[in-house]
Amino acid sequence: MTDDKTLERQATAAPTSAHAIELKGISKAFGPVQANKDISIRVMPGTIHGIIGENGAGKSTLMSILYGFYKADKGEIWINGSKKDIPDSQAAIAAGIGMVFQHFKLVENFTVLENIILGAEDGMMLRPSLAKARRTLVELAADYGLNVDPDALIQDIGVGMQQRVEILKALYRQADILILDEPTGVLTPAEADQLFRILGRLKSEGKTIILITHKLREIMEATDTVSVMRRGEMTATVKTSDTSPAELAELMVGRKVLLQVNKTPSTPGDVVLDVKNLKVIDDKGVERLRGIDLQVRAGEIVGIAGVAGNGQSELLEVLGGYEDGTGEVMLNGQPLDLTGRYSDGQSRRARGVAHVPEDRQREGLIMEYQAWENTAFGYHHDPAYRSGILMNNNAIREDTAEKMERFDVRPPNPKLAAKNFSGGNQQKIVLAREIERNPDLLLIGQPTRGVDIGAIEFIHQQIVALRDQGKAILLVSVELEEILALSDRIAVMFDGRIMGERLPDQTDEKELGLLMAGITDTDAPHDVAEVEANLAHVSGDPHKEV
Amino acid sequence: MDYLTLIQLLDSTVRLATPLLLACLAGLFSERAGIFDIGLEGKMLAAAFFSAAVASITGDVWIGLLAGIAASLVLSALHGIASITFRGNQLISGVAINFLAAGMTVLIAQSWFKQGGRTPSLVGGARFEGITLPGAEAIADVPIVGPLYAELISGHSILVYMALAAVPLTWWLLYRTRFGLRLRAVGENPASVDTAGISVVGLRYAAVAICGVLCGIAGAYLSTALQAGFVKDMSAGRGFIALAALIFAKWRPWYALWATLLFGLFGALETRPDVIEAVIGMKVQGQLMGALPYIMTVVILAGFVGKAIPPRAGGEPYVKER
Amino acid sequence: MDVMPKWAEVVLVPLISLLLAAIISALVILAIGEDPVAAVKLMVAGALGSTYGWGYTLYYATNFMFTGLAVAIAFHARLFNIGGEGQAMLGGLGVAFACLYIPWPHWTLALLGAALMAGLFGAIWAAIPAWLQVKRGSHIVITTIMFNFIAAALLNYMLVNIMRPKGQMDPASAKFPDATHLPTLHELLAPLGIEFSKAAPANVSFLVAIAACFGLWLLIWRTRLGYEIRAYGHSESAAKYAGISPFKITMITMIISGALAGLMATNNVMGEAERLVLNSTEGAGFIGIAVALMGRSHPVGVFIAAILFGFLYQGGAELALWTSIPRELIVVIQALVILFTGALDNMVRMPLERVFLAIRRSRRAGATD
Repeated sequence: MTDDKTLERQATAAPTSAHAIELKGISKAFGPVQANKDISIRVMPGTIHGIIGENGAGKSTLMSILYGFYKADKGEIWINGSKKDIPDSQAAIAAGIGMVFQHFKLVENFTVLENIILGAEDGMMLRPSLAKARRTLVELAADYGLNVDPDALIQDIGVGMQQRVEILKALYRQADILILDEPTGVLTPAEADQLFRILGRLKSEGKTIILITHKLREIMEATDTVSVMRRGEMTATVKTSDTSPAELAELMVGRKVLLQVNKTPSTPGDVVLDVKNLKVIDDKGVERLRGIDLQVRAGEIVGIAGVAGNGQSELLEVLGGYEDGTGEVMLNGQPLDLTGRYSDGQSRRARGVAHVPEDRQREGLIMEYQAWENTAFGYHHDPAYRSGILMNNNAIREDTAEKMERFDVRPPNPKLAAKNFSGGNQQKIVLAREIERNPDLLLIGQPTRGVDIGAIEFIHQQIVALRDQGKAILLVSVELEEILALSDRIAVMFDGRIMGERLPDQTDEKELGLLMAGITDTDAPHDVAEVEANLAHVSGDPHKEV
Repeated sequence: MDYLTLIQLLDSTVRLATPLLLACLAGLFSERAGIFDIGLEGKMLAAAFFSAAVASITGDVWIGLLAGIAASLVLSALHGIASITFRGNQLISGVAINFLAAGMTVLIAQSWFKQGGRTPSLVGGARFEGITLPGAEAIADVPIVGPLYAELISGHSILVYMALAAVPLTWWLLYRTRFGLRLRAVGENPASVDTAGISVVGLRYAAVAICGVLCGIAGAYLSTALQAGFVKDMSAGRGFIALAALIFAKWRPWYALWATLLFGLFGALETRPDVIEAVIGMKVQGQLMGALPYIMTVVILAGFVGKAIPPRAGGEPYVKER
Repeated sequence: MDVMPKWAEVVLVPLISLLLAAIISALVILAIGEDPVAAVKLMVAGALGSTYGWGYTLYYATNFMFTGLAVAIAFHARLFNIGGEGQAMLGGLGVAFACLYIPWPHWTLALLGAALMAGLFGAIWAAIPAWLQVKRGSHIVITTIMFNFIAAALLNYMLVNIMRPKGQMDPASAKFPDATHLPTLHELLAPLGIEFSKAAPANVSFLVAIAACFGLWLLIWRTRLGYEIRAYGHSESAAKYAGISPFKITMITMIISGALAGLMATNNVMGEAERLVLNSTEGAGFIGIAVALMGRSHPVGVFIAAILFGFLYQGGAELALWTSIPRELIVVIQALVILFTGALDNMVRMPLERVFLAIRRSRRAGATD
């Protein structure tokens, strides 16, 4: 048992000094779902404490309770040695706690300054508050290297900048404890490094920082102590220097994890998908794809790496038929319509293009529909599902039951609504629907987002198996590890362009990271400022893909 | 068309625009806070009845005004409970409120006054009379300026001047105060307000309450100033025209003034077909003139006259994300 | 897991909402100095106590079935069609054209032709707001409200200036020819030996309404189109992914919705008045909203809710006749039903969910002990 071993080594603090944070026996349920079960945690002042766990392990819920965003059903919160009642965020702020949420809580059409004073104004009138905030901002920028343009609108600045505004919001409220929830999800590796430098500086000024993440590397690099969460429970708290990534991974999932995907080298055949000069302009007139050239051959997996919001979603959408584009796209040598009547999901499916979308809850599934209805989704015009002018619901249900068995969907009940399955099983329903259609080309976005580790392995195996049948696969993922593990060839996207292609065994995370920041000259030395300058003009949409 | 006709036309434009302006500003507060309100119509109607009824009973129009505001506030509270507390569908709540007002006003009117769903005619202190501004009579005979001042600017009821004053006041409140900042934020991204430790529910209720007060004044104006007493369904779609004006105004106070004045002008023209005939040289069907505000609204909504972006969180109940 | 069992969702929630609406209506009656128990007795006697009463109840119910179905189908696509009133007015215009200007040999053909015209006119009146929403981004709720006002003005113009026979004072069309007379329930049931009131207006279009309920049920739950409509209603983004065109679904749904509202005219214009008069719809388009909400947008629910509102309408008319309670009481009840079954749905649902959750917990605890 791993639990016993780690409990022995639990990080014990010197009893004389007060803990910055101490949570005792926190429990929280959302309806029938128990998100946190009897969780206790202690954090020393002036340290960086990591909380790691899979998606849905209850990390964010726990921290939202600390921030007063949710109310715990049970348990106590102690801050700096005294018990605090935190019924709302106002109380948390008063207790010196600040939080940077995964989805930023900014008003898009307000300026940076307005966002910073919102809720922390000094009086009835705005002007004096704004003037004071402007002065404070100059000081904070000098102290921590957090430069922002106070008069810029949030909608006009990049994701990295927006995150900075969130940190400044907390500091402006004189937070001593700063919680960051998955802060690097929308950042390039270089931006993430910059963030960790800022966090280091905050720590040296005596701030206590809690870092929520599911990335082992960040925990190892940035934290002093780390707590591991699994299915709503705290499985261990250890000193970071006393542990290893492998041990943490095991604690996260409850068993040893295979990070490698077993696959043979690919044997690419004919070109299945040939994209030339593909462009997409969104509703606001912003060019999201700025001329993509890309080929995917039969029997290979091409992975698209990139920070979320650099055009990967648009690429999948236009290939999937529900975003208009210009340029030339050939499928098996025949052109695909990019606008008009024959540019929709139905026409694509008829041409042998299957699509597992990035966001299964918003796109891939109708959450209120039952599993069998979802299995027909997009293929509901299939003659096999028809009897006369009506739908043959029985045929669909039978087909669904078979698919559920082959893909090990649990529970294997075709009449259960999609919303009642776990993330992994929802994804399996989508995968079964798309893969079992025997497509020539599979478009697949974020295949394992929000999926438990057990299902990840299964899903990866299915993708590789489809490749081995000689199908072409275009994979989009923001998880660099996943891209490296699955792809036979990697293309890196930045700001609507492909910055370069690499073979997975001839590259590494560092090189891909530079490409993801838009720097193609990957051999020359680079400093952070250059990366930042490069990223500053890109206004990504952090909410689009996360 | 001579100068005096023009002055008369503009004068009646102002009179007809006033309830639209008040209702439009009412909707502005509510929708800026993220609560859609198609119940403006019902609130106006309820206020129109209760202010006329109470004014007729007490003989004091000011008490009537307060009663009208109170009635409108009750319906606002209902809208708040449905759409803020219980996170119901704001459009459906608005529809219900409109019918509730339409039915209850007649029911109560019949029970209280037994005059077929109307109140007795208001006279004297039970009505808002026009106010003659200082010097209006003195310069009435001066050419150009005289009639302009005496006929157009002077001589309206106090509620007209209150409505006009509400425009800069709304602007100031919205863009220069802490309350305004928070109000706008809650309509754009309520999570930003919630995580800042401010009550989303409190702010939204405040906005809905202000909406109720303004609708109350608008309704009182209908039955105690524009006309002398309540008749069944007297709001006659004004709440919906105000809503259209709000969209036309892109949810901004000064634009709201211009939009409602324009719609007021349509209303004024409806009663003066001779003026239209004189200006455009042909006769216009009465029914067409009557339908013009609605047709205009459709045209405006369709964005043929500039695109309007509503508050981003509008119409959606706030639920903390998980 | 869903917190509530299906029967609670389908039966208990609407029932409690209805009960709340009834209690408050009773309080309103009390407040205006009347006796609610006596009022209910009077309503039941007036609406259900005779075939005459039933004839009126079913006549009104027929109207509400059409408008209720119109709102319900739109709800499935998450569209809120408040324009049923205007669409029904236009349907009336269509019926009048069909009956007045085409010489029909028999009522069956006349009904078919009139229904086609009514559906067509209603559909057009709904299709324009639908088109404006998809192509121009104008909100369908506001546009359909405006179209109600415009329809009223149009009807007024047509009746006053064009369709009114020379020498006639009231704004109405000429009487329809005898060949377009629809058989009433009295005429239909007499051959079966059933005595039904001669004076009541319920007619063969009641059967058409029932057929429409069944047809819509088939459409929503058994056809690909219905599947697509519901999918679009649940998630527009998912519908786009699957290749379901928002434009197509919005247009088709609103066309069906408008046609259903328009079809109401076969009942009130062709079956009852037998000529087109001003305000022939009498607010039935709006009652459709209450009917659809109460019936949970399901054709069976709509059928039941329509009968209930038919009863309220006829009972309300009796009340207005015999007591000092004005007909507007029905508008209040309608408002309360919309409020409780629509806007305040969560107020009923949330405590119920808590009850069911507690039951489940205690059961589970009992099972593990």
